[in-house]
Amino acid sequence: MSAMRFRQAIVAALTDEMSADSSVIFFGEDVAAAEGPFKTSEGLLTTFGPERVRDTPISEMAFTGAAVGAAMMGMKPVIEIMFIEFLGVALDQLVTEAAKMLYLSKGQYSVPMVLRASSGAGLGFGSQHSQTLENWVAATPGLKVITPSDPQSAYSLLRAAIQDPDPVVFLEPRILYAERGEVDTNLKMEIGKARVLETGTDITIVALGNMVNVARAGIKKAGVSADLVDLGTIVPWDRACVLASVAKTGRLVVVEESPLSGGWGSEIIATVVASQFKSLKSAPFRITTPDVPVPFNGGLEARFLPTADEVSRQIQEAIKNNSTPKPWWINEGVSK
Amino acid sequence: MTTSLQRRKELIASELVWYERMLEIREFEKQTNALFAAGSIRGTTHLCNGQEALAVGLASVLNPDDVVSATYRGHGIALALGLTSHSVLAEILGKATGCAGGLGGSMHLCDRSVGLLPTSAIIGGGMPIAAGAALAFQMQKKSNVAVVVFGDGATNIGAFHETLNLAAIWKLPVVFVCDNNVYGEYSRINVTTPIEDLHLRANSYAMPNLKVDGMDIYLVREALQGAIDRARSGGGPTLVEAKTYRFAGHSRADQALYRPEGELEMWQKRDPIKVTEKLLIKKGVLTEAKAKELQEIADKTMVDIVAKTQNDPEPEIGDMFKNIWKSKK
Repeated sequence: MSAMRFRQAIVAALTDEMSADSSVIFFGEDVAAAEGPFKTSEGLLTTFGPERVRDTPISEMAFTGAAVGAAMMGMKPVIEIMFIEFLGVALDQLVTEAAKMLYLSKGQYSVPMVLRASSGAGLGFGSQHSQTLENWVAATPGLKVITPSDPQSAYSLLRAAIQDPDPVVFLEPRILYAERGEVDTNLKMEIGKARVLETGTDITIVALGNMVNVARAGIKKAGVSADLVDLGTIVPWDRACVLASVAKTGRLVVVEESPLSGGWGSEIIATVVASQFKSLKSAPFRITTPDVPVPFNGGLEARFLPTADEVSRQIQEAIKNNSTPKPWWINEGVSK
Repeated sequence: MTTSLQRRKELIASELVWYERMLEIREFEKQTNALFAAGSIRGTTHLCNGQEALAVGLASVLNPDDVVSATYRGHGIALALGLTSHSVLAEILGKATGCAGGLGGSMHLCDRSVGLLPTSAIIGGGMPIAAGAALAFQMQKKSNVAVVVFGDGATNIGAFHETLNLAAIWKLPVVFVCDNNVYGEYSRINVTTPIEDLHLRANSYAMPNLKVDGMDIYLVREALQGAIDRARSGGGPTLVEAKTYRFAGHSRADQALYRPEGELEMWQKRDPIKVTEKLLIKKGVLTEAKAKELQEIADKTMVDIVAKTQNDPEPEIGDMFKNIWKSKK
């Protein structure tokens, strides 16, 4: 065990996988000489040299597609999209090419690549550098989608992603890069396995990425007895874990850093409701961001994101009254 | 049963087979068109009549372990690389015996044994993938090359420019082959593009480039051989523009009525099959009588393949759930 920052856990996972497997290569914008704008590739160029660690031109489509082609020919590329928003100009290569190669080749060509990207709000980067966008990729069969919540899961899940034979999207909450935590480099985590971080009796809270930390603080503030499920992987998500937890607690809330409409949390709730409706004491609900772009102003951005206060208020209300809490913007009459 | 690889080796070994393969492609497209008109083919098809010399010329100079990324107008390239007419037709008909088990269709053909990556239905979609395959070869210290074939329309899309730039700075063993058939879907090149000599675009990337008469298989081979040799020996990428002409419409039932009068007829005088036939007769490899006989054989063979393939089995319902992920879960 050693204490490291989230970004150092990313570096450690890349270093360990590149040491273990010479077919792992890494490229992206400013990742080699500059060691990444978030310092997530510190030392990699020095350790592995310019063949395996490459700076690319600012051409997300070209280098994402190059990863697809290299993966099909036996390499294991890891690429870095600096801000997940930049995936917009490369989306074709991920969802229309990479995700379908195995299918269209009748199993002849697989695509063992990892697309890493920073994601999420809270740092004042404005509306074009603060989205999560998990939902863009989660709706495409053929991809796997991961968002770690702490240095340990960043390390262990990134190693699992690189070892996986399929295309994996690995989204790193930007706000966590500087956070510290204990990391056991021998601890393996499986893609598709959730972690129950807290156990309780009254409600199941499912969260992902930094919302795991927000939910944890919310539970503490509310002083309730809750299961906190860190999903870790959105595709494929751990149905068994969530269903078992809700069967025990009878209540479910999903805390999601994405807009209310069209979020992955709806899929979780739909699955729980459809498969074990009778285990529920109250209607499952979601705590999300409103359906607006991420605002720049610090005060507004802080309200835009789900907060510990908001989680605390809503879970207390749900447990106490078996009712469905309203989002803050409706509760406070700010918006519909 | 003849395999794709055997067919490819036959093609590489004999110039008479080039001619036979070009006839096969022409007959294949004729039957595809008829089957589509009869309602036997679902969705869409994109015919490559007029572009056979490029397909066959390319397949005859590449090694079977090189890779090719091609487009939705890919029947000819697939057949040239070695896929059997049965395998490709079965795919177009959605049969279990198709090269993708009937899950791909006309626009998605693939056969790893001869290096055909899944053809892409997105303009420019295969370009960065070919560069990536070339990157793998470069890093693995292999001498294989990657080739990507794309149309004139693709030179206006971002993937083209991004990929040429990346391939140039990394000196990747990739050959860019622009099949300039004058039309991007339903629009003539002069409406969409400020220049007609598209190979010149490579100059922006300090990349060697040339144009070639795409109706003459010998000239096509010579141009491609130079580019492939350069890539194989570490000299980096080349853009080769082959001047061809799309004898058919863009897709489906498109009659291409938007073409200027006389343009098709002018190009048909340089029909690549006729050009090859004349050259082979001149070389003494072929006679007029033999050419006629081979045409009749090609016609009859394809009629038989169509009859046989139409009775092939449909995929199992469970096949749609296969090959989503390679991992067990």
